[in-house]
Amino acid sequence: MSFLSNTKGVDSMNKMMSDKRVITLYILPSLLLIMILVYIPIVMTGYYSLMKWDGIGSMKFIALDNYQELIKDTMFWKSVYHSFLLAVFSVISLAGYLIISLVLSGKIKGANLLRKIYLIPMLLSSVAIAQLWLRIYHPSNGMLNHFLMFLGMEDPPNWLADPSIALYAIFVPIIWQYAGFYILIYYAALKNIPSSIIEAAIIDGANPWQLAYKIKLPLIAGVIKVTIVLAVVGSLKYFDLIYVMTGGGPNGASEVIASYMYQKAFRSFNFGYGSTIAFALLLLCVIATWVIRKFTHSDEEIQY
Amino acid sequence: MKQIGRSIFYGILIILAALQLLPLVWLLFFSLKNNQEVFNTPLFSLPSPPRWENYVKVWVEGDIGRYFFNSVWITTVSVLFTVLLASFATFAITRMNWKLKHIVLGLFMVGLMIPVHSTLIPLFSFFMKVKLIDHPLSIILTNIGFNLPITIMVLLGFYQSLPRELEESAVMDGCSVHRMFFRIILPMTTPVMVTTTIINMIYNWNEFVFVNTFISSDEFKTLTVGIQNFIGQYTTDWGAIGATLMISVLPILLVFFFLSDKIVEGITAGAIKG
Repeated sequence: MSFLSNTKGVDSMNKMMSDKRVITLYILPSLLLIMILVYIPIVMTGYYSLMKWDGIGSMKFIALDNYQELIKDTMFWKSVYHSFLLAVFSVISLAGYLIISLVLSGKIKGANLLRKIYLIPMLLSSVAIAQLWLRIYHPSNGMLNHFLMFLGMEDPPNWLADPSIALYAIFVPIIWQYAGFYILIYYAALKNIPSSIIEAAIIDGANPWQLAYKIKLPLIAGVIKVTIVLAVVGSLKYFDLIYVMTGGGPNGASEVIASYMYQKAFRSFNFGYGSTIAFALLLLCVIATWVIRKFTHSDEEIQY
Repeated sequence: MKQIGRSIFYGILIILAALQLLPLVWLLFFSLKNNQEVFNTPLFSLPSPPRWENYVKVWVEGDIGRYFFNSVWITTVSVLFTVLLASFATFAITRMNWKLKHIVLGLFMVGLMIPVHSTLIPLFSFFMKVKLIDHPLSIILTNIGFNLPITIMVLLGFYQSLPRELEESAVMDGCSVHRMFFRIILPMTTPVMVTTTIINMIYNWNEFVFVNTFISSDEFKTLTVGIQNFIGQYTTDWGAIGATLMISVLPILLVFFFLSDKIVEGITAGAIKG
């Protein structure tokens, strides 16, 4: 707030900027859209999850029957396990991105170009990525098996048709897709550290490892926390590539929570049960966010 | 010793860049080959002669042209409204005085974390009731609603950094709030509006779940969903599939080529403040 102008001007400005009608006019369109398209649907999902409903006919209230079914549904738990597995892989890969970003943010020639190249897959549509990787994994003519056969492997696996490896085969393009995104975030955070801190540490005789481990990492701890939440929640709700590449198959081997929900709702037209899965997904995301925030909470925010 | 370590790290960085790019180079190559060449020539052999007819074929035979046009206009309308509405909202939240503004801001921020799939069934039945299923408006509305949070978040920092004196002098000159917003504030936010426009453009262009769920007729399908169906019919023609995929990713790659700094800025700003 400036005190340069006279109080009368500030007064009339405060009055103008508190005009309820103007405020409503500016905020209401966005607020309505997010309420109608995001928040009310969430409540409705909770409501539908208590119903037996095929999406077209009339609804029948069945209280918690859907939830009892959910608890006994081995396919659901399998999909939960797969989603959590993706979350674990994503979080582990964060460590790799962190190391890469540490190197990249040092005085490296071409760092700016490199981080942009890393980002390219994230900008492409999931369908394009999925279709491309379907070709890469193609058993006889795909890029991967072509390469493996060139190396002398006689019988390379049929990546997406083999239930024991299909899920992991899909993790690869998912991680490929998002690698650049996390590297970009870490890189920006590391570049934000004031150079005076780094210089002071170097004068004090810190070697590169100490510099990274004792100075840089603690300073970007807040950003690391955010990326862990993003990676875990992003994995739990992941859908696109799995839906296009395997549809959750073969035989549920790559089913995740969102693809299972989609299949129940829009393939088997079981909207009630689909809503139950969707609501469970929401709860899992909320709980995961809360647990990570709590687990990584530190009393003192680092100041610099 | 230090020199060796440096080269190893450099090597890793370059290998990673190659891993990110090679699949796309391979795609470009096989989009210009026929099946015979895809199956029998080495992976990264240059297509000779390049078979541009693959591109002509999918553009003419498949409805790629129409899907492309749908993607262009739906993306344009969605982006315009998202950025404009988000600017209104951010202005009210950061520059005006009212009690509930922190709660409303909280609603937008929490919106970032909500899984799309937890809203999908009620949205489907809602659009069914209001006869917007298989209507482009359902896509435009969801595009706007689900991108408002990230857009507001990116705008927020910029609006907060604008000096108060701007408004004070405008008020002294007898400006109304609307005039102040449209004539002074909005033009000043041009750089951050460009950033949000670009990231919104990318997200809307690539949107998949909503189009796949709400749109059933070819008339309104966008490129992402359209190519999915089209490729289904051409499962064995690699050149045609490659050409289709290239057409769908080319606009984004072009935008990236010219505006990569803005994209980098938008994505970083959107993520770090979360």
